[in-house]
Amino acid sequence: MEKRVTFRGWVLPLILIAPQVFISAVFFFYPAGQAVWQSLFIPDPFGLSTQFVGLGNFEYLLGDRHYLASILTTATFSIFVTLVSMIPALFLAVLADRLIKGSGVYRTLLIWPYAVAPAVAGVLWMFMFNTRVGVVSWYLGQFGYDWNHVLNGGEAMGLVVIASAWGRISYNFLFFFAGLQAVPRTVVEAAAIDGARFWRRFFTIILPLLSPTSFFLLVVNIVYAFFETFGVIHTITAGGPQQATTILVYKVFADGFVGQDLGLSSAQSVILLVLVGLLTIFQFKFIEKRVNY
Amino acid sequence: MVDVAHGMVEKRGVRLWLTHVLMVLGVLVIFFPIWLAFVASTVTQSEIVRPPMPLWPGNHFWENYTAALFSGVNVPVATMLLNSLIMAVGIAVGKIIISLLSAFAIVYFRFPGRGFFFWMIFITLMLPVEVRIVPTYEVVAGFGMLNNYSGLIFPLIASATATFLFRQFFLTIPDELAEAARVDGARPMQFFLDIVVPMSRTNIAALFVILFIYGWNQYLWPLLITTDPEMNTIVMGIKQMFPSGDDVAEWPVIMATSIMAMIPPVIVVVSMQKLFIRGLIDSEK
Repeated sequence: MEKRVTFRGWVLPLILIAPQVFISAVFFFYPAGQAVWQSLFIPDPFGLSTQFVGLGNFEYLLGDRHYLASILTTATFSIFVTLVSMIPALFLAVLADRLIKGSGVYRTLLIWPYAVAPAVAGVLWMFMFNTRVGVVSWYLGQFGYDWNHVLNGGEAMGLVVIASAWGRISYNFLFFFAGLQAVPRTVVEAAAIDGARFWRRFFTIILPLLSPTSFFLLVVNIVYAFFETFGVIHTITAGGPQQATTILVYKVFADGFVGQDLGLSSAQSVILLVLVGLLTIFQFKFIEKRVNY
Repeated sequence: MVDVAHGMVEKRGVRLWLTHVLMVLGVLVIFFPIWLAFVASTVTQSEIVRPPMPLWPGNHFWENYTAALFSGVNVPVATMLLNSLIMAVGIAVGKIIISLLSAFAIVYFRFPGRGFFFWMIFITLMLPVEVRIVPTYEVVAGFGMLNNYSGLIFPLIASATATFLFRQFFLTIPDELAEAARVDGARPMQFFLDIVVPMSRTNIAALFVILFIYGWNQYLWPLLITTDPEMNTIVMGIKQMFPSGDDVAEWPVIMATSIMAMIPPVIVVVSMQKLFIRGLIDSEK
């Protein structure tokens, strides 16, 4: 789509577009290029010079037990975050959609967690499950369950999944609710007249009509779990215990800033860049609504 | 007939009550972490360290909140709140301005390199800051922008989402308006300021809500570039309040800080709910 009526001149538009191009170049393209460049080198043990190793860093990573474990951790983490955030959201949206009055009040209350930063959500959940003072862990103890996410990798994973999914329930709820409101009443009513009960109507009519929304949410929740949950992991587990919650983005940080291995961290950044690129292309290919050229 | 069908779909009586009960339960479960943080911010340290802590607020609200605001742990929380406010508003306003300008250039002009710049901006959609942190950090350090506001704001300003949103909207502005402006001899910038910007105000407001929350809730970036506690933002500063080692955390002060960290974005989201939902759905779809 293009405008028929445009203004003349090319100096003004170049000036107008310059700030964004400048910022993109300095803070996006140059660093991304640097990441690619640095990924081809390893520093010597004294950090005085670097040595060209070609794809050595990548080869090392793909054979590294810790990196492969981190890939698996990321996959597990993002699948669970997506499920735990989408299923309750759909359930709540279906309930809210059934109410003629009052759904606005519930919606107002339900969007709160979206505004809470992942890092703050991490602190809240860490407090509830804290091994010394946590309320939930204390009550679990009363029932004979000894909760300790500091030592138990499975429990640590469960906790970061719930803390990450919590705020996303609000987000998914809003999209599901909007999707449900758009389902034509006449179709649902026709099925009702034909005698279809609620759950039958839900699975045969409503859910299929919601599939574009569900698919869209599936993709954006996976992207969220991959790239936006750093705050949750850093505040609750710092990647532990024994790297049980070290997702790929966390590992870039841990190797680059804590471990100071620039080449290895950059190679991981490059792998993530490729991954984001693929996810974005996937998203555009299947959700073409987003931008039309 | 319609009434009958309606009655069949929207069940009354017991079903309606059940729906409300389930909904209230859902809201309670989702609210519980916030409630607990609020309760913890109104009781004393000794009530928390001897579990189980109470589930109903105590009467130390003012004490804990003033302690957090004016002394904090490393730095007064008031300072962190101000830093967060400057960062969030800076990012939101900065993004909106550069996006309005570049979208206007792309939609209303034909100039050399237009397609190239369009794709250049488009591709930044694919580069979240999390995956290029080390080199971006080096750039910012090289400019001497560590521990100051420009370092907090500028690297996060250039995202393509806002540019695309404005571009989509500008394309729907009737051509007659630009035509009339041109016939009247208006300069492009006059047209931009008098017609395009006022027409975009709803979109601008909706984007402001989304971007304010985006900026306020940043964690990794401020964590990297603000080593000076005076420059900490509140969202990243909470974690810094936990002692290293075996010391006991000051839970009431930390929880009061957590509550204060969520109040501004919650107020923005709840009070501008309609705009927010519109902005969210527009910017994603």
